[in-house]
Amino acid sequence: MSLEGGAASVARSALAVTCGAWAGAAHASLRIEPAIPNIFHPASTPADNIYHLSVFVLAVCAGIFLTVFSLLVYAVIKFRRRKDDDGSEPPQIYGSNQMELAWTVIPIVIVFVLFLAAARVIHAVEDAKLPANTLEVTVIGHQFWWEFQYPQQGFITANELHVPVGSGPNGAPTHLKLLSADTDHSFWVPQLAGKTDLIPNHPNEMWIEPHQTGVYVGQCAQYCGVQHAKMLLRVIVESPEDFQKWVTAQKNPAAESDNVAHGRDVFESTACVNCHTVAGTNAHGKFGPDLTHLMSRETIAAGAATNTRENLRAWIKNPDDIKPGALMPAMQMSEADIDAVTDYMRTLR
Amino acid sequence: MFVPEAGVAARPFFERLHDWIITVDHKKIGLMYVGYGVLFLVIGGIEAAIMRAQLAFANNHLVSPQTFNRMFTMHGTTMIFFAAMPIVFGIANYLVPLMIGARDMAFPRLNAFSFWMSALGGLILYYSFIGGNGLYGAGTAPDVGWFAYAPLTAQAFSPGHSTDYWIIGLLVSGIGSIGTALNIVTTVFCMRCPGMLLRRMPLLVWLNLITASLVLIIISPLTSAQIMLLLDRYLGAHFFDTQAGGSAVIWMHFFWIFGHPEVYVLVLPAFAILSEVIPVFSRKPIFGYNIMVLATIAIGFISLGVWAHHMFTIGMTSYANAFFVASTAAIAVPTGIKIFNWLGTMWGGKLIFSTAMLFCIAAVAQMLIAGLTGIMLAAAPFDWQLGNSYFVIAHFHYVILGVIVFAVFAATYYWYPKISGRMMNETLGKWHFWLFLIGFHVTFDFMHIPGILGMPRRIYTYEASRGWEIWNLIVSVGVIIQIVAILFWVVNLVWSHYNGREAGNDPWDAWTLEWSTSSPPPDYNFAIVPTVRSRRPLWDLKHPEDPDWKYE
Repeated sequence: MSLEGGAASVARSALAVTCGAWAGAAHASLRIEPAIPNIFHPASTPADNIYHLSVFVLAVCAGIFLTVFSLLVYAVIKFRRRKDDDGSEPPQIYGSNQMELAWTVIPIVIVFVLFLAAARVIHAVEDAKLPANTLEVTVIGHQFWWEFQYPQQGFITANELHVPVGSGPNGAPTHLKLLSADTDHSFWVPQLAGKTDLIPNHPNEMWIEPHQTGVYVGQCAQYCGVQHAKMLLRVIVESPEDFQKWVTAQKNPAAESDNVAHGRDVFESTACVNCHTVAGTNAHGKFGPDLTHLMSRETIAAGAATNTRENLRAWIKNPDDIKPGALMPAMQMSEADIDAVTDYMRTLR
Repeated sequence: MFVPEAGVAARPFFERLHDWIITVDHKKIGLMYVGYGVLFLVIGGIEAAIMRAQLAFANNHLVSPQTFNRMFTMHGTTMIFFAAMPIVFGIANYLVPLMIGARDMAFPRLNAFSFWMSALGGLILYYSFIGGNGLYGAGTAPDVGWFAYAPLTAQAFSPGHSTDYWIIGLLVSGIGSIGTALNIVTTVFCMRCPGMLLRRMPLLVWLNLITASLVLIIISPLTSAQIMLLLDRYLGAHFFDTQAGGSAVIWMHFFWIFGHPEVYVLVLPAFAILSEVIPVFSRKPIFGYNIMVLATIAIGFISLGVWAHHMFTIGMTSYANAFFVASTAAIAVPTGIKIFNWLGTMWGGKLIFSTAMLFCIAAVAQMLIAGLTGIMLAAAPFDWQLGNSYFVIAHFHYVILGVIVFAVFAATYYWYPKISGRMMNETLGKWHFWLFLIGFHVTFDFMHIPGILGMPRRIYTYEASRGWEIWNLIVSVGVIIQIVAILFWVVNLVWSHYNGREAGNDPWDAWTLEWSTSSPPPDYNFAIVPTVRSRRPLWDLKHPEDPDWKYE
């Protein structure tokens, strides 16, 4: 993910260099942690296409800016009224057809070129033909979390999307079908692709083809209600082998352990099961995230907190403490029951 | 800015207040519009400052997410509908009749009605802070965002009445907008003094004519959508109710077919101000008058066909996306023509750097940058990244503050002498200009960067690990500088009212008709209705040896 890698374009703007280098420096010290998202630091095919277009557009705009701004500065300095001014009026010029024609036609040409460049990338991204081995994932936006269904493999997970590397042997791009269960949302992981909205009653789609393994972060980019801010996204790009291992683990039913039978009883006898699913048990709720393999995730509450015992317990006790406005209610359980449920959750690997 | 004439000052306060409330004089109504807009500008500014204080640090808990969501909804709604619109309408109301040699607007009573409807709309919106939750408890302001995307506005997601206050407040103020727009169009077509042909009208009048025509077209889709939304909420209709087969996308189309031309409704009056002030302080006529008018008409037409560039991320087909790339990029051409013509006006002149001129020059430079970031956003794939991010916020604040507010400040320095009879203080003015320029750039230049780094708009807080904190802190610091600058402006407005130098009729040696009458103008504007022979009637008077009408 080095900014310097690949064909470093001479046209890369000062802004891109500043942000990119800065993010790159931060990245060097954080190998496992996700990189700071940056649209000038693409790591996937559609994001690459957009990046190349954006560098071109930035270069054209920088050229226009330098030209016109220099003219303005020149005019301000050159034509200021001098101290020794005689008070007479300057020559009254009403216009010039040649000049006006020039600054109409030249912008039209520039606009036409920009249109062609943009249209080319629109076509490349929106009308792309994906290969037969493409991974299908259905993304469903909820207030305020993400549901990921893997229809080909037959399991459901939440908030952390696992996909294989897109290129190389056994690599495959991923096609995302975007749906919403309630209000509008938008799927945006800047290094992988541009954003596409998830709109109820209006199915959308997008695709990604990541080049390198790693964790890429993003978040909901369309205001969806109180906790829009903490509807975070993590995309974990793995080698095809690691991805296959993860898929195999996800397809298993929930781990069972007699040590936490009490916690499981509490979970199954309260309203938890109305909203959450734990495969292989009587918890079949659909309104909240699937918890079958909760402990395989690095975060809870759609990225609002890391998945530690302490955070998980605090979340079960009162979700509003971590994410005020989250739709999960506090279940008013006793401290002992909260501990028991937390311990049960900790076994769902 | 209300300057009682000698003898009038002794009248009791309530009598003078009564005069203002029952007035149908376009100048008083114009000033009330501006004063009302400035009041809401301050309120909207406070809401922005609360948001910036919250976002200055990562994981900040200054305000709750609920409060933050109300703040950005109210900030956007207030600034567009109750600050910017009244201010531009007020300036048009004050200046258009004076500039075309008329004694008032075509429909003075409709004018008063329109103003009070707009004022009522703002009161309804803000009453939500008290009454928003109806009988259920304490009030709440709307929290659905200023473009109120469906289905978040449905009863299921927005119970209580906060959204209703948003709908009805805007609907009522829309009635006022249509009334004023109708009035401006009629005034321009029917009330011009002898000799004031369409091709001799000052550009400010031309641009406000196009603006008012746009308002007449675009308020209707907004009003229709709001009525449909009310039907959805209370009478079981399903226009936008996605749970029952309605379409969230239809709301977006309705809203943005209003919303994008609305940007031009606000920026064309700013262009109008630049097109009057720059020539006077360059001591030259506007460069390329005809093409300026044509470019404005072109902007008006094209602006009606670009709305879906707000919707590049909703999954339109590649053909639809390409169309809106083309139409949006095309609008850059007439806008560019305007920038070049202002440059052409300055070229070869004798530039006088009054405060008004400084604000105009900065506005031209900032329009250039806003236009260029607009071109970036017009390239749909680039927008797939930048759309709904802080880059967009920075872009449109460049237009709204960097161009519109700068132009409005220029207008206050330029026309204050006409309105009050006294000059504003230039030293305070220069402090205001430089501080505001610095504050503006500290805030909005750096605001582009978190957008590039993936920060979406409308989030009440963010994680420190995303690398956005330093940029947000800088952005928030800029707000403090802007507030200090605005204090200089307010102090200047008040101080100059009492202590300013006497202005006389024509302090800037200007050329349009408003400078031919006294400052402030009498109720009837002109004792004798003027007759004009060119675009610069006062130039003709001052330079009988070299009048404009010989060349036009």
